Amino acid sequence: MAHSYTPGLKVLKKTIFKKERILPLKGDVLVKSGDQLTPDTIVASTNLPGNVQMLKVSNILNIDPKDVVEALKVKERQEVKKGDIIAETSGIFGMFKSSVESPVDGTIESISQSTGRVVVREAPIPVEVDAYVSGVVDEIVENEGIVLKSNAAFIQGIFGIAGEKRGDLLLVSSGPGEELTADQITADMKGKILIGGSFLSLDAYKKALSVQVAGIVVGGFNYYDLKAVLGYNLGVAITGTEKLNTALIVTEGYGSIPMSEATFSLLKENDGKAASINGATQIRAGVIRPEIVIPIDAGNTDDDSSSKMPEGIQEGSTVRVIRSPNFGKIGKVISLPAELNKMESETMVRVAEINIDGKNILIPRANLEMVETE
Amino acid sequence: MSKKIKSILATDCGSTTTKAVLIEWKEDRYRLTFRGEAPTTVEAPFEDVTKGVLNAVMEVEELSGRTILDGDKIITPDDGSKGVDIYVSTSSAGGGLQMMVAGVVKSMSGESAERAALGAGSIVMDVLASNDGRLPHEKITRIRQLRPDMILLSGGTDGGTTTHVMELAEILAAANPRPRLGQNYKLPVIYAGNKKAQDSIRETLGEISDLDIVDNIRPVLEQENLEPSRDKIHDLFMEHVMAQAPGYKKLMSWTDAPIMPTPGAVGSLIEMIAKKENISVVGVDIGGATTDIFSVFEGKFNRTVSANLGMSYSICNVLAESGLDNVLRWVPFDIDRSELTNRIGNKMIRPTTVPQSLEELVIEQAIAREALRLSFIQHKEFATSLKGVQSERTISDAFEQSSSGQSLVNMMDLDLLVGSGGVLSHAPRRQQSARMLIDAFMPEGITQLAVDSIFMMPQLGVLANIDKDELKEDASQAALEVFDNDCLIRLGTCLTPVGNAKPNSKMADVTLTFGDGSVKEIEINEGSLEMMEHPYEEVKVNIKPVRGIDVGAGKGEELESVIYGGVVGLIFDGRNRPITLSKESDQRIDSLLNWSKAVDEYPKGEMF
Repeated sequence: MAHSYTPGLKVLKKTIFKKERILPLKGDVLVKSGDQLTPDTIVASTNLPGNVQMLKVSNILNIDPKDVVEALKVKERQEVKKGDIIAETSGIFGMFKSSVESPVDGTIESISQSTGRVVVREAPIPVEVDAYVSGVVDEIVENEGIVLKSNAAFIQGIFGIAGEKRGDLLLVSSGPGEELTADQITADMKGKILIGGSFLSLDAYKKALSVQVAGIVVGGFNYYDLKAVLGYNLGVAITGTEKLNTALIVTEGYGSIPMSEATFSLLKENDGKAASINGATQIRAGVIRPEIVIPIDAGNTDDDSSSKMPEGIQEGSTVRVIRSPNFGKIGKVISLPAELNKMESETMVRVAEINIDGKNILIPRANLEMVETE
Repeated sequence: MSKKIKSILATDCGSTTTKAVLIEWKEDRYRLTFRGEAPTTVEAPFEDVTKGVLNAVMEVEELSGRTILDGDKIITPDDGSKGVDIYVSTSSAGGGLQMMVAGVVKSMSGESAERAALGAGSIVMDVLASNDGRLPHEKITRIRQLRPDMILLSGGTDGGTTTHVMELAEILAAANPRPRLGQNYKLPVIYAGNKKAQDSIRETLGEISDLDIVDNIRPVLEQENLEPSRDKIHDLFMEHVMAQAPGYKKLMSWTDAPIMPTPGAVGSLIEMIAKKENISVVGVDIGGATTDIFSVFEGKFNRTVSANLGMSYSICNVLAESGLDNVLRWVPFDIDRSELTNRIGNKMIRPTTVPQSLEELVIEQAIAREALRLSFIQHKEFATSLKGVQSERTISDAFEQSSSGQSLVNMMDLDLLVGSGGVLSHAPRRQQSARMLIDAFMPEGITQLAVDSIFMMPQLGVLANIDKDELKEDASQAALEVFDNDCLIRLGTCLTPVGNAKPNSKMADVTLTFGDGSVKEIEINEGSLEMMEHPYEEVKVNIKPVRGIDVGAGKGEELESVIYGGVVGLIFDGRNRPITLSKESDQRIDSLLNWSKAVDEYPKGEMF
């Protein structure tokens, strides 16, 4: 049977969710293999090297770089306080001395005789990594962190903003085609993750920010509203570091688009449960999609996702159209003709014959996305 | 004596699409016989580039009826009935090669280092320089944030002062940068600066980085020596970067020659053509994430990458940089602005889609014009003669003369403009490619236009670069023969008089003498665009511009030359330079529709 590989987003009712929780630099792992974790458990910590200050000692003292060593009052690796004398000239008969003071508290990292510069490094910056999702420690990555394992429902969005957040899921829209409006967002939703339907307006998002909602999962959002949220035009989809109280995960795309039935019903099923979400998106090398992880009771640990490899679009697959016309519609693949077909644009492409709302239409295979469900 | 290579499979793993071509020995020459393509599979759920390669090759198999794969393996060598003799590949997937370069003076060693990195096919994330206006701690923060794949450090002429380049080395050491991929290896650093500083550099950077030292990139101010740095970058790209990307270890084990970064391969091919035919060339490759421009003027090769101008991943950035109005000026119908930005946004987050409707195609080609125009502006600013070489001046004067290098790009001198990349190569009508190239690059005088029909330049570039003795000769013969016969689609020639002219006034009289002796006379008027169908055959041309107008021989000077038609034909462009569109919507749409009709750009119907 003809088939074609098409990337799709995951909507998994139950899976073994694994996640690396790794430090940016080597450090200490604080948990053991098999330990139970809550989202707030600190699993690893380290100190990032502090900022450095480079002092042009030779210039300031007006001496040759190779003479800097003689003028120094400190040694490499010595701790210094702000205002401590780093180097000093001997002056004339002990008078008219000039000196260099340390501008910060820190440690003398290096002294260069070729450039006459002294590097002072400030105090290290502590960094901690938490578990993010409740689960167990599956594997220890020595000096770097852990791999966490959790039985969870797992959903990927298409685009998101803001990083990791957690909270209880709260169904607000009653159906996947319903807009989540500003007046539906109330102060008691602080810290929750709201589930919407087809659309979220800028006003509604601003309201969510003001009442400190932890996150919103919704079908669509306007591209041009992002500028008002981010303060700049989003040129390339690399997000996750925005300092926003409310993470936003868009499951379908820009505009008003009903959330896929599978995504909406899975979220609805888990209404009220604790979830961890991450809006970070990177549509480029090493693609990262935003995610919603809902830990579910252990017990049956069957993994229904990794056991089957994605096989791509086949006859009978459920697919979604991801470009105009018919954008957002869901249909079933009737056939995958091998020959190239001419579209209205006169583009010659490989197509799939899709049944949408009872009608069979030809759509470029590249404009289809597999709807991956269990 | 090794046997003649009979079949070659070559793939290019782009950030969006993986393309495979099959080249076979046919009677007396190499020809392209089949091609296939499939979405690149660096994304989840596959996260393995070889899946996309196999899909593309599978398409070649389906179309050719030849067995190339044995399960998940490419069969080499060709046993007469199945398999291929050699397999090669280029790659720009996984973000390509991302570098940071450093030089003492930004416009001198900094620019030379940038040229070397770009020439090797990398994306230059930032250029650090002693005089870039940033404080040391700002530079350190920047290095840490960017996490490049490798760093090229240059600075100082041989035997000159070492202080500045050592300061840069100390900044690098203090930043202690980590590579983008993989926690467990040291960041590759190439030192190509003042020879005298090599020992001190080893002392400062030897421990914390994977240091390689090559010959100075600027041994004296008047001379640039890019080759050693470029070669080293290619080696390290294979050893470090490729080995970290998903599926690449497997892909590397399949190929018969090192995988080259896509733009590096394209650049080397363009350089080869310009040299062979002794012409000035501009080549452009507009991809999903980036747009690369290559040029050879006065025998000097330059490449620039506009890292965030592309047709899918970076499409929203084209919109952000050019502005919606600049995109919409090329669209001959009214469209809801917010609806349009959502559509473009959706292309960014679902980058592999193709335009199905005519409206979508027109919008996509409007965006392409802007992406190309902006990329070419960047290229013109970078492709300059060496800066700071006036020997009368001292180094401190040189610091002040950042704009002294004149751009080498002279549109009147340009002989050949080659476009490639999906939106140009796959345009349903060749007239559309010609229009996009002319509107964005605005050639002057006489310029031949071509497209790389199926974007084969990367594959041919890597073929032409094969080093293995037993394969070298056949591979480079195959590259050149396929380039001549199958790769370039000659669109035709564009004739553009330029100078001050009143609207609709005559700019030039053109007399064309065809091969059969027939003669045709044409008048080029300001604001007009005309096309004459004529195949890729010689035509003698005599152009008499009116006073104040130049077609290449000087203002008002008559020009005689030989030009060629092509699949589009001869284009007479009276739309002066720069091409300006009316601010009045009705007038603008009128002009656009007239120009489209003149070259038969879109199918006739409701819209056109």
